[in-house]
Amino acid sequence: MTELRSELKESVRIISGNAACAWAARYARVQVISAYPITPQTTIVEKLSDFVENGELDAEYIRVESEHSVMACLIGASYNGVRTYSATSGQGLAYMHEMLHWAAGARLPIVMGIVDRGMAPPWNIWADHQDVLAARDTGWMIFFASNHQEIFDTTIQMYKICENPNVFLPAFVCLGGFIMSHTQQPVHMPDQSLVDEFLPEVPKNGWPHFFLDPDRPITHGNLQNPGGPNIDPSCWYYEYRYLIQKAHENAKQVIIDVAKEYQKKFGIFHGDLIEKYKCDDAEVALVSIGSLADQAKIAVDNMREEGYKVGAIKLRCYKPFPTEQFQELAKKIRVFPVMERSMAFGLIGGIVSIDLKAILYQHPKHPFVLPVIAGVGGRDVRVEDQIEVLKTAVEMAETNEFKTELIVSGLHE
Amino acid sequence: MTEKKYWKWKEIETHTSINDLPPVPLSLPNYGSLGETGDWRTFRPEIDKSKCNKCYICWMYCPEAVIEIDKDGYPNIDYVYCKGCMICAHECPKKAIEQVREKKEPEGE
Amino acid sequence: MVKLKELIKDPVAGEEYFLKGNSSCAGCGGELAFRWIMKALGKRTIVVAPASCFNVTIGLYPRAGPAIPYLNMAFAAGAATCSGIVAGLAARKKLDPSMEDITVLCFAGDGGTIDIGIQGLSGAAERGTDFIYICYDNEAYMNTGTQRSGGTPFGAWTTTTPTGKKEHKKNVPMIMAAHGIPYVATACAGYPLDLYQKVLKAKKIKGTKYIHVLAPCAPGWRFPTEQAIEVGRKAVQTGMWILYEIEDGKMTLSGPSKNLLDKKNRKPIEEYIKLQGRFRNISPEDVKVLQKWVDRQWEDLKIRLACQS
Ligand SMILES: Cc1ncc(C[n+]2csc(CCOP(=O)(O)OP(=O)(O)O)c2C)c(N)n1
Ligand code: SF4
Ligand code: SF4
Ligand SMILES: [Mg+2]
Repeated sequence: MTELRSELKESVRIISGNAACAWAARYARVQVISAYPITPQTTIVEKLSDFVENGELDAEYIRVESEHSVMACLIGASYNGVRTYSATSGQGLAYMHEMLHWAAGARLPIVMGIVDRGMAPPWNIWADHQDVLAARDTGWMIFFASNHQEIFDTTIQMYKICENPNVFLPAFVCLGGFIMSHTQQPVHMPDQSLVDEFLPEVPKNGWPHFFLDPDRPITHGNLQNPGGPNIDPSCWYYEYRYLIQKAHENAKQVIIDVAKEYQKKFGIFHGDLIEKYKCDDAEVALVSIGSLADQAKIAVDNMREEGYKVGAIKLRCYKPFPTEQFQELAKKIRVFPVMERSMAFGLIGGIVSIDLKAILYQHPKHPFVLPVIAGVGGRDVRVEDQIEVLKTAVEMAETNEFKTELIVSGLHE
Repeated sequence: MTEKKYWKWKEIETHTSINDLPPVPLSLPNYGSLGETGDWRTFRPEIDKSKCNKCYICWMYCPEAVIEIDKDGYPNIDYVYCKGCMICAHECPKKAIEQVREKKEPEGE
Repeated sequence: MVKLKELIKDPVAGEEYFLKGNSSCAGCGGELAFRWIMKALGKRTIVVAPASCFNVTIGLYPRAGPAIPYLNMAFAAGAATCSGIVAGLAARKKLDPSMEDITVLCFAGDGGTIDIGIQGLSGAAERGTDFIYICYDNEAYMNTGTQRSGGTPFGAWTTTTPTGKKEHKKNVPMIMAAHGIPYVATACAGYPLDLYQKVLKAKKIKGTKYIHVLAPCAPGWRFPTEQAIEVGRKAVQTGMWILYEIEDGKMTLSGPSKNLLDKKNRKPIEEYIKLQGRFRNISPEDVKVLQKWVDRQWEDLKIRLACQS
């Protein structure tokens, strides 16, 4: 079987975003897959079943009875030090929420594709970030791809990032429901041997610390008291939580290095934590995630033709948050409109805009963050909508008048 | 991260800094995972060897696994950890295990 | 029947795998059950324990009572985690053949089995995950302080059924048998050797094995600790708890239950319930209801056994 797999030669395939996920998992030689169907993710795990049953991917495939069990399975498998993969969407991600905390707390390098969709009720299956952003504080790293090539490349990179001993965290690679999952684009795939060289070898004896080995009996997850200085020196719960935070901080450099290394080996670069588009002289930069970020480039080009100094920023990695990069950009950029498919109910804006404010507004002379909600539940976001938002932002920058009411783009009133 | 694969109990307990910690908390097996549970006893089981017929029923039923068989084949109770449930005394078919009130006063309070 | 003298000297059964000085209550039936389960399984075992007393009894970090790899797990996730471990071991075996012969055990409470965990358990059984699932049934949520579960018997007091539970116990071993798995058994902590032998048998079978162990709990059932074995024995002798095995669909009664098919041989349930404070306020009418339920369990068994032969 190994021979069969290594036959994968460099090629370009015109495939769906979901297929790009499945191909990447195959290239990464995942060893255990656990899956449960949910639209619009389903075709990922269907494709993986084909790979496994055709003998093209040598993996254990567990068809479980719920998403809670999907994550429980991957946790069990990952404790054995093997490479794991799954994918889910919306309700499924919400259903496994308890286990998301578990995977991150146990520091297991699990990679999962998230085809994001709206949360019910009413039912909605189209691109929307409410599902994945509700998991923002589970400890997972969260990546958004903005085109099919990036889905493929990011998924492969993720294994290298997650399995780095300074990181050891699980990660989501997100793509928009239907708008990315079910559309076709060409994806360039390298020789399998190059991916094998690029990714770390899964150690025969598993990753230290996580291994379940009868010869080294370890109990995982024992109760820890609150403890504290001078109370009980063996209580480290708080510290272990803080180590997850540290791992996120460590991950930032690893993500940058891995993106560079990938570029060197495969000639493709999608940005590291962010991708800047025409930001050098920009006064306004539109921040967006996923497919909106790709489209934002067109809006920026249109604006530039009219002479506006605007740029776009693709938030490729939302967790860990690219704090330093934004703080650097904030030295020049005056307004950051953030257009996103989510709502931080009860606050003003989408979830990412709130986070961006949080890291920028610490500085007394901060730029303005303009929160814009758009495209909720897969509603079409047109280039014109993005241009309109950019124009509002430019006007603010010029007049120094910053309106604080929430902009809800594309809403029927 | 250190390359160490296995932490000795003592080593974990003497972690003094967050920098020494492995990425996840590991607990290693040993006796007294809660401490010296013999402190819990109100009554102490005492085996009268002259009555004991070495049936080992007490050994079988002791939930805490504190009854060991000595070289002469008699059951022996490890009072450091015996919790004093008195199952052994209750089940002994020869009534060879006596229930004796612990003399020591509870500490503190 | 195995001899204690031999077991003590047995290189596997003579070892202890749940080390003394842990935090189980004195006289815990679950602890005794686990001790004997592990004596049957030995060192090459990975244990998954979903939330229950057994996430606490194992001691405080960084210490541990279990002398085997042991994974504390989320409440509903026991069985699925085992499916993942089995798959992980299979993947690892391809690289390292020494990973052979490891038994995966899920050791869960009645809440983690009968209630919140039944979906995952049913799924794992349907998939035929090669593992042993053992429910230690102390008939309530003990870790959270004795709330009723689907395993609590009719009439029993718990903190959420202060006037006694109004519903009967859910029959999970039979639900598991309906999955068509190769081995289902019931056992009782009051009969450790019977339990030991059943686990030994399960260990040799491929596929999903399910064992349901009644585990008397002194603080939860309100009886003096030294009575734990006696209470377990009475549960069996009165027929409240029936010991049996179902091997490839064929049921056989085991231990003392063998002779109890005839109602005459069963002690009245009063002998069992009078030992326990949780039944202190049960009315005479409710005792009758409970006795009728017990008798019906046996009638059902009679039909099943008769159909088999
Ligand atoms: C999802 C979830 N809900 C509730 C709890 C709280 N909880 C922890 S243990 C437990 C009871 C366990 O009962 P059982 O499975 O019967 O085991 P026992 O404690 O009785 O041994 C509960 C309700 C939890 N840990 N997780
Ligand atoms: S009193 Fe209980 S713990 Fe102590 S030896 Fe007897 S049975 Fe074991
Ligand atoms: S509450 Fe009951 S089951 Fe839990 S440790 Fe105590 S005796 Fe055992
Ligand atoms: Mg219970």
